[in-house]
Amino acid sequence: MMRWRLALLAAMAFTLPAAAQDRMPPAPYAYTQLDDPTKEQQARELMHTLRCLKCQSQSIADSDAPMAGDMRHQVRTRIAAGESPKEVRAWLVSRYGDYVSYEPQVSSTTWPLFVLPLVLLLLAGTILFRRLGARTREDSA
Amino acid sequence: MKRLRYSLWIIVGIAGLLFGLFAYQLSQPKDDFVQSAMVGQAIPEFDLPAVVESRPGLSSADLADGEPRLLNVFASWCIPCAAEAPQLDALERAGANIVAVAIRDRPEDVERFLEVYGNPFTRIGRDDISEVQLAIGSSGVPETFVIDGNGVITHQHIGDIREDDVPRLLEELRKAGS
Amino acid sequence: MIAEIGLAALWLAAALAVLQLLGGFLGAREGGSAISVLVRPAAVLQAGLCAVSFGALVYAFAVTDLSVKLVATHSHSMKPLAFKLSGAWANHEGSMLLWITVMALSGGLIALIERRLPDRMMMATLGAQACVAVGFYLFILLSSNPFERLSPVPADGNGLNPLLQDMGVSFHPPTLYIGYVGLSVAFSFAVGALLTRNVTPEFARVMRPWVLVSWIFLTIGIVAGSYWAYYELGWGGWWFWDPVENASLMPWLAATALLHSASVLAARDALRTWTIMLGVIAFSMSMLGTFLVRSGILTSVHAFAVDPERGSFILALLALYIGGALVLFALRANTIAEGERFSLLSREGALVVNNVGLSAILGIVLLGTLYPLLTEAFDVRVSVGPPYFNPVSAIFFLPMLLILAVGPLLRWRKDSFDRIKWPVIIAGVATLAALTAVAAFSEIGLLPLLGLAMAVGVAIASFMPLKGRNLLRTPLPVWGMCVAHFGIAVALFGVAADTAYQQERLVAASAGDVVEIGPWQATLTSISPVAGPNWTAMQGDLLVSYESGPQQDVHPQARSFWAPPGETSEVALLTRWNGQLYVALGNMAEDGRWQLRLWWKPFVTYIWYGGLLIALGGALSLLGRVVGDVRRRRTEVRDETRRAEEAELARA
Repeated sequence: MMRWRLALLAAMAFTLPAAAQDRMPPAPYAYTQLDDPTKEQQARELMHTLRCLKCQSQSIADSDAPMAGDMRHQVRTRIAAGESPKEVRAWLVSRYGDYVSYEPQVSSTTWPLFVLPLVLLLLAGTILFRRLGARTREDSA
Repeated sequence: MKRLRYSLWIIVGIAGLLFGLFAYQLSQPKDDFVQSAMVGQAIPEFDLPAVVESRPGLSSADLADGEPRLLNVFASWCIPCAAEAPQLDALERAGANIVAVAIRDRPEDVERFLEVYGNPFTRIGRDDISEVQLAIGSSGVPETFVIDGNGVITHQHIGDIREDDVPRLLEELRKAGS
Repeated sequence: MIAEIGLAALWLAAALAVLQLLGGFLGAREGGSAISVLVRPAAVLQAGLCAVSFGALVYAFAVTDLSVKLVATHSHSMKPLAFKLSGAWANHEGSMLLWITVMALSGGLIALIERRLPDRMMMATLGAQACVAVGFYLFILLSSNPFERLSPVPADGNGLNPLLQDMGVSFHPPTLYIGYVGLSVAFSFAVGALLTRNVTPEFARVMRPWVLVSWIFLTIGIVAGSYWAYYELGWGGWWFWDPVENASLMPWLAATALLHSASVLAARDALRTWTIMLGVIAFSMSMLGTFLVRSGILTSVHAFAVDPERGSFILALLALYIGGALVLFALRANTIAEGERFSLLSREGALVVNNVGLSAILGIVLLGTLYPLLTEAFDVRVSVGPPYFNPVSAIFFLPMLLILAVGPLLRWRKDSFDRIKWPVIIAGVATLAALTAVAAFSEIGLLPLLGLAMAVGVAIASFMPLKGRNLLRTPLPVWGMCVAHFGIAVALFGVAADTAYQQERLVAASAGDVVEIGPWQATLTSISPVAGPNWTAMQGDLLVSYESGPQQDVHPQARSFWAPPGETSEVALLTRWNGQLYVALGNMAEDGRWQLRLWWKPFVTYIWYGGLLIALGGALSLLGRVVGDVRRRRTEVRDETRRAEEAELARA
């Protein structure tokens, strides 16, 4: 955090190994939008929630890594072919596990992520009720 | 007041557990590999054209003919792929049938790569958009998959193959064959 | 020679810190101690020595003294001077030296000027400050010596990561350090107050400027970091909920809560335990962030000073200070008498809701950031990102906006709804009107819709506290509060507008091609190579016009650096009052055309303007407090002299 961003940079530099870059053109839909604006919008929103596997800390929508480009191509072609964003996400998760998706699904390993905020909500409510409620009562007494 | 005190000790406890978790994770070797979730599943259908003239292309049907195989995901622009060439040779000499997928690679580059580092592959498919790589849950090059005679992925090796990985891969291949 | 002077100064400073530690804690006991007279001079001298040490390092970088290992590995003779200087802290060792220098300077400042607190408490505070400092001195001297020599001396250095060769990011780390170190001062005050059982409004008033300074700098740091990511990464994103970003957000959330609860303590002598607790937590979050980034324990933070040994060292410090403070807190908390009482509908009541909300968001960010680490211990890898953080934190954030609008209108202790009825109705009606209007004219998501509407309501409500006041005689801190709250509305507006209405165009273009995006029309005129001091680039020249207005030219670049090798995207930004056009140049496509990425981002700049307004509000408030303190002290001094004179007269 001191140099939080720097670290991100460093992580980015990871994606640019000087000697190990292919010389192939990007996949057709890596940098090309779909013609249908609704589908492109769906694809774009989905891509922002998928993790670039080569760069570790970025979504595939924010990365120049060739593999991120190939993943964008997959997402766009699948959406264009009529798959729903949910199906595309499920397809990738079935390949790479939950790691590839920034949107955690409720499961046996992720339930605390959803239960704890609820607990926090209850806790916050209780604290407020006890501290403020009690005081009002004493005040009026 | 008493309740307050208990809840404070709970906070101390949580902090302690966090420190414990950090210490444990620090002591673990950092593992950045993303495991494929396809291990144990049939390889998805695909059909890749040949990348060099001397070897035919690769399709999923080729992998379900009863013979277990190693599937090597590589690229000529990847340095660890060159580093693992001797180990692939050793595997081939030990009787392994190795097929390959060349990721985002130009034919002339693959040709040169095979000339310099040897060609242990029986088939090489050309994957210009990482299609097959994504389909089998591989997240980089090089990776090596063990595929049994029915086309089911039984093992994934991530990164370049070191010398001491060779017997392990042969063992995995033997298991896939039985 | 310079490097040796720097190292010697650092060792001396460390020795003085040990003296300050002993003197401080002994002096904090009942009855005090003789060596406690040395505590204040030790703190002041330490500040001087650290400044010398840091100066020596900056000098070594300025002259590119390659016999110093740190310079050789992070600098290069061909780098522009500004980046040579910033190179001094753009690495692990140098940044730790900067951290300890800022810490010593603030310690020296407290020792020099702070006379309001009881002596014992002051000693305990300076002792705690030294205790934290000693850990960091040891860390630098034993495991991250910035002055290490290198033999043989290399012909030239390795250079600085190209992405860091940017003015914005050069001043980003020092900004954040001041923020973190300010929180360490608040932490020391909290520990001092706990040790001497002295949690008073006076304590809160003394601590508050430090929290304010820290909070202002954290705000600026986060705003700058976000803007930097926006223009440097080349994809138009400004917040990613990346662990590294979260690491800077968490101390900010804690500091914001602390700021508000310290106000309650200072004004009303309530929320005593809670304020102390937040003081401890705020600094814990800074330390935790340092640990997460430096140890490489989280996946995002790879290549930066990743070193398990250093990680272990920081973890040990973390456990010692945070664990120690929490245990001390748990032991002492029930000896702090409960503060003044207040009713639900009062300024205090609103501030309690604010504090609970901020703490809940802090908890969620902490949970989401560390959760992947937890599951990794069980060999399961998950990712937690925007689709989790955005809605879950919004659950707490949106209700807090209501409180933010209403709270400042309330009186301390007890108030009635009748008194604030009209401002609330006005702001409420404005919010509903905005909600209806936006929903009627465009189809956008629920969160951006609520965001836009709430932004309007909060913007109006934020200046309501000025109603009925003489604007010239309104105290600066009140102005500060209004401006900061208005800043939140402005930033929220920017976030919601950009999320809802931004447009994206990705094209492969050759010279002469025309691209339409939103109200803009862009023509690519040419693509040609250009060269800079340590890079070469391909530069695109585009003519753009807004709604067929006059044409302007923009020049996005794709830069290649050679020492060390790397590529960056230098985006072209065209700012209007109502948004920004964002143009990035990508790679060459197969057929000789070039990848262009264009975004039209309506009102996106309001995010950072809002952030700066928040910081400005903090600055106004700080100015008001400091001026008030100085005035009060002057009157006290005058009163004392007068009393002394009167006594003398009486004797005569």
